[in-house]
Parts: sequence; C-alpha cells; structure tokens
Amino acid sequence: MASDTASTTDERTMIEERVEALLASHPPATTPEHEFWGAQFDHGLAWVQHPEGYGGCGVSPRWQAEVDRRIEQAGGSTRNRYINVLGIGMGAGTIMEHGTEDQQRRWLRPMFACEEIWCQMFSEPGAGSDLAALATSAKRDGDHWIVNGQKVWTTLAHLATWGLLVARTDPDVPKHAGLTYFVVDMDSDGVDVRPLHQITGEAEFNEVYLTDVRIPDEHRVGDVGQGWKVAMTTLMNERVAIGGGVQPRGEGAIRQAVEVWQTHHGADGDPAQRDELLRLWVEAEALRLTSTRAKEAATHGTPGPEGSTAKLHWADLNKAITSFTIDLLGPEGMTYPGGYRFTRPEETATRTTSPHKAFLRARANSIEGGTSEVMKNILGERVLGLPGEPRTDKNQPWREVPRS
Amino acid sequence: MSATTSPAAPVTPDAVTFSLTEEQRLLRSTVRELLTARAGSERVREVMLEHGGFDEPLWSELAQLGLTGLLVPERYGGVGSTFVEASIVLEELGRRLAPVAYLSSAVLGTVAVVRGGSDDQQARILPDVATGAARLALAHLDTAGRLDAPPGIRAARDGDDWVLDGEAGYVIDGQHATHLVVAADTGTGIELFVVAADADGLAREPVEVLDLTRPMATVTAAGMRIGDDARLSAGEPVAALHAALTAATVAIACEQVGGIQHTLEAATAYARERVQFGRAIGSFQAVKHQLADMLVATESARSTAEHAARVLARGDYDELAIAAPLAKSYCSQVYTQAAGDAIQIYGGIGFTWEHDAHLYFKRAKSTRLLLGDPRHQRALVGDALGL
Ligand SMILES: Cc1cc2nc3c(=O)[nH]c(=O)nc-3n(C[C@H](O)[C@H](O)[C@H](O)COP(=O)(O)OP(=O)(O)OC[C@H]3O[C@@H](n4cnc5c(N)ncnc54)[C@H](O)[C@@H]3O)c2cc1C
Repeated sequence: MASDTASTTDERTMIEERVEALLASHPPATTPEHEFWGAQFDHGLAWVQHPEGYGGCGVSPRWQAEVDRRIEQAGGSTRNRYINVLGIGMGAGTIMEHGTEDQQRRWLRPMFACEEIWCQMFSEPGAGSDLAALATSAKRDGDHWIVNGQKVWTTLAHLATWGLLVARTDPDVPKHAGLTYFVVDMDSDGVDVRPLHQITGEAEFNEVYLTDVRIPDEHRVGDVGQGWKVAMTTLMNERVAIGGGVQPRGEGAIRQAVEVWQTHHGADGDPAQRDELLRLWVEAEALRLTSTRAKEAATHGTPGPEGSTAKLHWADLNKAITSFTIDLLGPEGMTYPGGYRFTRPEETATRTTSPHKAFLRARANSIEGGTSEVMKNILGERVLGLPGEPRTDKNQPWREVPRS
Repeated sequence: MSATTSPAAPVTPDAVTFSLTEEQRLLRSTVRELLTARAGSERVREVMLEHGGFDEPLWSELAQLGLTGLLVPERYGGVGSTFVEASIVLEELGRRLAPVAYLSSAVLGTVAVVRGGSDDQQARILPDVATGAARLALAHLDTAGRLDAPPGIRAARDGDDWVLDGEAGYVIDGQHATHLVVAADTGTGIELFVVAADADGLAREPVEVLDLTRPMATVTAAGMRIGDDARLSAGEPVAALHAALTAATVAIACEQVGGIQHTLEAATAYARERVQFGRAIGSFQAVKHQLADMLVATESARSTAEHAARVLARGDYDELAIAAPLAKSYCSQVYTQAAGDAIQIYGGIGFTWEHDAHLYFKRAKSTRLLLGDPRHQRALVGDALGL
C-alpha cells in the first residue's frame, strides 16, 4: 500500500511471514481445527495486539482482519470466533487487561483453540440494563469465595467450561463499588444450568442457578471491589464483537435480501420495493465502511464508548433488513420452513441461514450486549458529552436502591 | 374485480357512528369473559403445540353462544347480525390470539356461501355452519399464494360432473375444516364449489407456519369428481369471492386491533412495574415515548377498523372499496411496529419463548402478509380513488 508508513510496512511484512509460517507448518487441509487454532495462537496470530506469548505479536489490532482473511483464503477456519464468541470476543481482552500472568497463561490458549468454551454470567432477572444492581453475592471463606444467586440469558452456558461472573462482595457501599469479577468453573458443585427457549424455539441461552458455589481466590480477576471496571472492559469488547465485524461488501443480512429479490422479484419487481432494498443496501454499506474506518483507527486493545455506534447502527439495520426480507418473500413469509425446534444449539445463531430464522433472531440484536436505548445514552453522555439524567441510585448504598 | 354490487344510499363516510349499543357492549363483555376463562396463554400454547392450532372445545363454546353463526341469516339458523357484531368478536379473538376457525369459517366461508349459494344450497350448508358443527375453509390461491394469479385448482366439465385438479396454498384452517369452499379455474373464469374436506380425491397437508396460532394447509385435488350441485349456483362467483375476501380484509384488521390493544396494555403495564436504575423503566423518556407513539397509532388503527366494519355492515360498497384496504394496510403497519417495539420494551424476557410477546409479533407479521400486504392494500385504495 502506497500510504503505508515505515512502521506499518514492517508490521505488514511481519504479519505476512507469520501467516506463511503458520500455513506451512499446519496446512489447513490436513490439520484438525483445534490444532490449527492452537498453532495460530502460538504464532501470535490469535489476537495480534496481544504481546508475544499471549496469542499476539504486539501490533495494531487492525491487522487481525487481514490475518483472518488470509487464513480463510488458504482454506483455514476462523469459526472459533463464533463458536467461542464470549471467550474470544470478550473474555480474552478482559483477562489480558485485568488478569494475572498465571490466569493469562492458563486460559487464553485453550480458549482460542476452543478446547474450552466460555460464557458470560452478568445479567440477572433484576439486573439487565442496570447491571450494577446485580444481587448475586460472593462471600469470602479463607482462600475461597462462596457464591449464591441467579443469572439469566447466559448464552452457551450449557457448553461452557468457564464462566465470566460479576458478583456483589459488598452490599453496603454504592452499587458500582461493591462488585468483584471472577471466573467460575462451570463444572463446580452448585452450578445448575437450565435451558431458556427463545423466539425461535431453540435454547441458545440459559438460566444459571448458583448455590454455595466455591471459587478459589486465584480465579478472581482484578481487585476486590473493582468488578465494575473489569466488567466494563468485557462490555466494551462485547459491543465491538457484536456489531463491529467487517464483512466484505454485500455480505450478511443484506445478501439474503438481495437473493430473495433476485429469486422472487427481479426485473419486473415493484420499483418501490426495489428502492427500499437499495436504501437498505446503501445503509449497510455505510455501516460497513464506518466499521472499516473504526478498525483502522483502533490502536489499543479495549475499544472505547464509540464502539456503541456500530452496535447501535447494526442492531437497528439488521432488524430492518431481515424484516424487509420476509416482506419480499410475500406469502412465503407466513411460513417457518422446518418448523420450530426446541433444541439446544451448539453455537449461537448469529450466522443463521434461513431468512425466517434470521428475522426472528434479529429481534435480540437491539437487546443483547446492551439495549439500543442504553447505547444511545452512552453515545449521548460519554461521546457527545451531554449531561446525564439526574440519578438517585448512584451514591446510595446498594441495599437501599429500589429493584424489580 | 368489481365491488359495485348494491349501490347504497349516498352517505358521507363520517356519518358512521362509532358508538356501541347496549347489546353490542354486552356481546363484547360476554366474549371477553369467555376468552379470559378459556383462552389464557397456557391454553393457547397447548393448542398451538399439541392440537395443531385449533381449539375444538372453545369452538363449541363460541357456537353455543351463537357466535359461529353471527353472519348466517336467521332463516338458515344463524343470528343474522351485522358485521359490527362480528367485528367485536374478532377483536376479542385477536386480543387473545384464540386459535379457532373464526376468520376461515364464520367470515370467509360463510360470506362466500351466503353470496354465492342458491337458497337450497344455503339451506343445506349454513345451518351446520351456524351451530359450529360444520367448519368451512376457503381454497382460492395457487401454491405461491399469488393474489393476481388464477386459483391453483382447476375445474373441468365432464358430462354432468366436474373434475377438480391442482393445488391451493395457504388455506387458512384448511386441515381443521369439515368442508372446503374451492375457487377453481375453469379456463374461462372461476366457479365456487363446496366439498366435504375428507372426500376422495382431496388431500390436505399442514403448512409449517410462522404463526402457530393460525394454521394453514395446502389442499390438493387429484381427479376429484363432483356433481354440479356442489357448485354455488346463485350470483356471480367472482363477486361472491370478492365479497368474502373483502369481509376477511376487514375481519383481519379487527383482529389486528385486538392484538395491538393487548400489546399496548401489556407493554405499558410492564413499563410501570419493571425497575432499573432505581426507577420504573416507563419513567425513561425513551420508553415512555415509544409507548405514547404506540397509543396514538393504536387509536388510529382502531378508527380505521371500526370504520370499515360499519361501512361493511351498512353495505356501502363504494366506501368499502376504500375503507377495507385502508384498514388492513394501516392496522398491519401499526401491529408490526407495536409488536416489535413491545419486545424491545420487555428486553431479554421479550425474546423468550415463554413470554407471549413473540406470539403477537408473529401474528402481526403473518397477518400483514395474509391476503395482501400493505403495499397491495394501498394500491387498492389508489384504484378506488382513481389515482
Ligand atoms: C439473545 C440474548 C443473549 C444474551 N446473552 C447474554 C449473556 O450471555 N450473558 C449475559 O450476562 N447477558 C446476556 N443477555 C442479556 C442482555 O445483556 C440483557 O437482556 C440486556 O442488557 C437488557 O437487560 P434486560 O433484559 O433486563 O432489560 P431491561 O434492562 O429491563 O430493559 C427493559 C427496557 O427498558 C429500557 N431501559 C432500561 N434502562 C433504560 C434507561 N436508562 N434509559 C432508557 N431505557 C432504558 C431498555 O432499553 C429496554 O427497552 C442476552 C440477551 C439476549 C436477548
């Protein structure tokens, strides 16, 4: 690239050499997936921005897309990023920023290789948007913590080895100050995972009951009382993981809309519908370019509040496109091919194929990872610097704040 | 198709009164009470998952109240009410998503037979429809459900008989009907036939539907031989079919209003109760304004549906050509928006199977596409306005 500076040219050369070395030593065609991902980690190509030895090679995260593209071109798989999205997309950045050396060595590689699946146990029946109001308690018992409470909407908990957990360690201080962050072994006694079925019939998520679950203090991430700060790192990563992915032009939901247009309408289609299709196409492209630009500008690990722009835009657009696609199907839109299945899927349905299922699944986009209303508050207050709403719940002890 | 069957006295549309009589109010509360007792969410779910989306016991109870025969003339054992009474029942059914064959049998099938059948035929068919013992379903589309194409089933004359062949898609409640009203393509036009649903040469296959509370079937006729007495022989078949479809358009809008009203009430109740950040979520303007917008839209949706029901009741077919598609296009828009917004207001719980929000969301999308989407309906308004 003509505009590359000296240092980006160096980075590019280094990345290219590493990808070639990886592909030469572990040809995708003959290497089992898990082994390939392990080797990718060892070559520093899992999260390129991480330091050497932690799955990275210390370059700008913008190179990751290039690495993944080359791996896919060579027939390698990057689907671990979907299979283990809560670990690779959100847990890794958190552990890298707040974890101990031991924790990083222990958890990152098996996470990337998908030998261990991760889940995120933040939300509770009474604490969703207001995560800091959560009630699950952790009490110290020597070098362990005893945890009691209920988590909800826990995606993939049924497959997970590890869970990212935020719990209340001090109910007497204001709510943000009394939280601590842990990693829970999902096989521990007292962890009870029950499926929760969703609009599609499937159970991607679960409710998790925690009864006298013992967590060793070595599995605490960050200091006692610093759980909010650690959790924010996870959430910032989540927003980018959900909305910030950069796909080639015309991919994703808009591709399905275009396909349905071609199969069901085409040349003699209704001009008004064609215009609507193109309006959505233009918007999808505007979002794609914005995500590309944001990726380029990213220089460090944890994305800032501006990550909420992509999440917000993507959520609303994805809902609009998938809904319009059903309209394009006409009467066929009244069907649900294959029927509703009450299964527990092996991975999240974010890469679903049927337009009917995509239409239903998209309803969660403006809820999961923070609702669109909350995204707007974040953008208004933290990016634009507008004053916040008057709040009564922030400085009171958690115990005294009204909850559902 | 032409809608001008009986020119009514010229009245301006706003001469319609929206108020209900004492009897109509009583009807509403009777139906509401029945459905509150018999069509709670648990029962609706049981029916949609285990009984193919048809609640037979509830159907019998509606029949005992005479509601299945509201639109059947008195001389054939019905109540002979106007469409205003039917609209009240439809709204209540829509509010609960009650899985009964009302739209298919009490509206579509009944109107087709009343408008297309001879006195003898009506006398033969309608008394059982009124008592609920017979249930009609209308098979008039092709397998793609196209509104601008001839029916998917063809009828050929063979001596004194007719032979039916072909496939009809999206037959509402097709698998639960006892009789089918088949609109068949004769090559030169269409004819309507009433046949027993379990007759030889007919097969019914349930469609895998988005909205499990509204079953549909694909109906296949293979060399099905029937006598000419099965053909509805009074009146113009195209006009009878058109009357049935127009009534169904209004009926769907009335049902939608029930669903919209429920959606508004349930989401508002939740916004009042659910606390985040130490306060009810309804106190946040982002939520409050969504609900206020929903209220405005609900009121307007109701106006269009009630207007259309009254115009239909009065037999003002010129105005109906505007009022019916206007109501369905508008109510469809409002319902899809409201049901989607409600899921958003509920948050995570609204995305679950166990919460009812998705049932309304699916009904909204499905009825939006049923018998002509808003685009199609608005084009009809345009035609009626000569635009
Ligand atoms: C498919 C799916 C997967 C999920 N996976 C996980 C997971 O793996 N782990 C996990 O921990 N959580 C998960 N979640 C939970 C998700 O993070 C929460 O659902 C979300 O944060 C909203 O919380 P809530 O559901 O309690 O809704 P509530 O917070 O009760 O919100 C209800 C409504 O109030 C609005 N609202 C709330 N506060 C405000 C405000 N201040 N201003 C304006 N409006 C407001 C919301 O926008 C929403 O419309 C998942 C959710 C979904 C749908």
